[in-house]
Amino acid sequence: MSEHQAHEAHEEHTTHSQGFYLLIGAILLVLTATTVGAAFVNLGPFNPVVALLIATIKALLVVLFFMHVKGASEKLTGVVVLSGFFFLAILLALSLADYLTRSWR
Amino acid sequence: MASNAATTIIPAPAPKLNYLNNGHTLKSWLLTTDHKRIALLYLLSVTAFFFLGGFFAMLIRLELLTPEGDLLQADTYNKVFTMHGMIMVFFFLIPVVPATLGNFLVPLMVGAKDLAFPRINLLSWYLYIIAGTLFLHCMLNGGVDTGWTFYTPYSTVGSNTNVIEAGLAVFIAGFSSIFTGLNFIVTVHRMRAPGLTWDRLPLFIWANYATSLIMILGTPVVAITIVLVAVERAFHLGIFDPRLGGDPLLFQHLFWFYSHPAVYIMILPSMGVISELIACFARKRVFGYKFVALSSVAIAVLGFLVWAHHMFVAGISLYAAMIFSFITFFIGVPSAVKVFNWTATLYKGSITYATPMLYAFGFIGLFTIGGLTGLMLATLGIDVHVTDTYFVVAHFHYVMVGGVLMGFLGGIHFWWPKISGRLYPEGWARLSALLVFVGFNLTFFPQFILGYVGMPRRYWQYPPEFQVLNVLSTAGSSVLAVGYLLPMIYLLWSLRYGPIASDNPWGAAGLEWKTTSPPPTFNFDETPVVTWEAYNYDEIPEPKELEAPVAK
Amino acid sequence: MQNSPAVDGQANLSVEHLEHVHNPALLHHFADAQQQKNAASLGMWLFLVTEIMFFGGMFCAYLIYRLAHFNAFAAGSQQLSIKLGAFNTAVLIISSVTVVLAVKAAEAGKRKLLVSYLVVTVLLGLTFLVVKGFEYREKFEKHHVPGSTFNFTDTFDDNGQKIPVNSKEAELFFSIYFVMTGMHALHMIIGCGLFTGLAILAWKGRYSPAYFTPIENGGLYWHLVDIIWIYLFPLLYLISRHS
Repeated sequence: MSEHQAHEAHEEHTTHSQGFYLLIGAILLVLTATTVGAAFVNLGPFNPVVALLIATIKALLVVLFFMHVKGASEKLTGVVVLSGFFFLAILLALSLADYLTRSWR
Repeated sequence: MASNAATTIIPAPAPKLNYLNNGHTLKSWLLTTDHKRIALLYLLSVTAFFFLGGFFAMLIRLELLTPEGDLLQADTYNKVFTMHGMIMVFFFLIPVVPATLGNFLVPLMVGAKDLAFPRINLLSWYLYIIAGTLFLHCMLNGGVDTGWTFYTPYSTVGSNTNVIEAGLAVFIAGFSSIFTGLNFIVTVHRMRAPGLTWDRLPLFIWANYATSLIMILGTPVVAITIVLVAVERAFHLGIFDPRLGGDPLLFQHLFWFYSHPAVYIMILPSMGVISELIACFARKRVFGYKFVALSSVAIAVLGFLVWAHHMFVAGISLYAAMIFSFITFFIGVPSAVKVFNWTATLYKGSITYATPMLYAFGFIGLFTIGGLTGLMLATLGIDVHVTDTYFVVAHFHYVMVGGVLMGFLGGIHFWWPKISGRLYPEGWARLSALLVFVGFNLTFFPQFILGYVGMPRRYWQYPPEFQVLNVLSTAGSSVLAVGYLLPMIYLLWSLRYGPIASDNPWGAAGLEWKTTSPPPTFNFDETPVVTWEAYNYDEIPEPKELEAPVAK
Repeated sequence: MQNSPAVDGQANLSVEHLEHVHNPALLHHFADAQQQKNAASLGMWLFLVTEIMFFGGMFCAYLIYRLAHFNAFAAGSQQLSIKLGAFNTAVLIISSVTVVLAVKAAEAGKRKLLVSYLVVTVLLGLTFLVVKGFEYREKFEKHHVPGSTFNFTDTFDDNGQKIPVNSKEAELFFSIYFVMTGMHALHMIIGCGLFTGLAILAWKGRYSPAYFTPIENGGLYWHLVDIIWIYLFPLLYLISRHS
């Protein structure tokens, strides 16, 4: 009986409706158009910031909804994804710690 | 039934079916998905590469007997130390404990029938073999002379040896490693026996789990780095080429981002072995279990933050050097936590000195020396003087050989009865352990001094005043070699003539000792249900004969 | 914590038997199908982490060099076709939708729909690759392929001001461009092959609501390749376009 309960607890009922997925897809397309449009506007040093921000929102939508991380039966999935990006961030940040502080060009 | 004892022969009982006799064909071994058989396949392969790497070490030590470069030409010497390094790092040290002891024991220790992905486990071994074959081909084709570190621009532009082939071999071996790590993580998360919560896991599992995290996160970066070197070399793309505005140091950043955590891939599983050995031969729960478990994970995480301590004099900014030096000091802490906890475990323990325990003691002493000298190297002021000298060489051999290898040997002896169903000869084993210890220190301690007084590494000739220490080092290496050869002989001998081992000859804790020696193919006749804490030595009776008897 | 269910002698045996009858895909070293599925899923996610770190090394190279040689990178970027890049981004986004709808179809047991979505995904992936091919050919024709044929004479158009750039540094940009998009394209090719295989197996009725793990895990792979492109597009194509 406990086995049956365990069975139930691990089932993931995260499938959304077709309409929901099409909506997310549409949002992603709109965000793509936005990022292209924003590139043509002179935002000074904020151009790359905006571009990366939009890219990250798009990536989050894919991860959370298309890859079913939101509503996953355990937090482990989220931890795994986050750790991947976290250690990539370490690589980038600590390398930059060298490059940005070199006194010669 | 026998009615007349004088004339009726009672047949001997058939040997119980276990993983070793369950199928005798070559196919049943080469297409096995049994993690125990795969562990043995790995054991054979890594041992072969160990002796190949040792052969190159012998060439190095022979050349360094005399100050002049008289045994080998300079170019050849470059190839020899490169081969020694690449073989030992990528084909021995990284897989040795996880792929042999880890593969064998992880499912047993968690009470599972096999790893999560047995076919991927087999694939992992085949990738290792393909990588090894490719590397051997590269070697026979003239080898490679860049040093195991592949530094640019020499590897991309300067060298005219088989860099791409060697790089490809390392790339493939990297995937072998990744798949092992992936298998371990999923197994520990998903396949623990009922009742086996995380805080009841053996510390060997915690250690291999932390190691697997590093394998997953770090190996891909060196993979792409090798691809970039190969692409630059083949297509002249110029990613690290200063003439195009590229930076050779970028290679070093990307390379060491993996290669520093790689050394923790090497040491962590060995530390896991030591935890098991200390607990068993002090007959006591490891002191501060939670701290030791968490320190494994801490080492894995912190290990990713320190890589540029290999680059202090390479041209990074002083600011970055200070950051990396500072963080490097912290990584000594979890290692020290382990050493202190192992020592505390010994206090009021019921200690016996079987061979595995001798190796464990050796590990603690030698790893401590290696680790302390690591702190010295982390200190910028000292590093400026001793970097790229034999001081560094001695440091890493203390932790790699004095640490990793002694842990491995201790583990092989400890689990030999489980793996083979036989007991090894204790007298010969203790002699070998002693030879390894003495030989090791004689080989590598002089190198600390040599480095301190200025002998550079990777040089094939040196000023005459360094000769005495070099001769001592070479003499030590001969003793060490004997210490390594003896186990080959007596372990193989024991397969045929060693006494039959019981299920638990050491009276040790752990699920692997609750099944037969050797275990059946699917490990347990019944899935165990765990209701006890780890290292419950207060509940386990001492074995009647703790020392394996010398076979007659 | 994912403990396998307690062995209950007979009860477990009968459940396993049932699982075996219902689910020929259950492998013997797993206690039940749910454990197998959870294991496969975690394994796939870990593999995706390796892919993130694999591409991450190239993103690191890109970042360092963009900071060091901004003008040359911007000039090189301006030579890429936004139209084709944006089109490809849209193609991949739509393919991610078809992938997630394929998973949904598999879960509902709709075999023909599943196969259709898988096939459309492959077609979209091939479209992406064809467009990429056109882009590469254009680069070849303009002598923007690094190596002995490289010849970059364009400038960085900064708000109307045309700044000349170091041709060698521009070559560095294109080295990064080809390595990153090339590696991404290789992963697309693998993805197309993978999904073709899945489509064939789906057509043969291999998947059912009780077992469609390969579809899910294949989908995870495809989504990650999409995410990598989501970052590649602005970073390579949109460095500086406000002229």
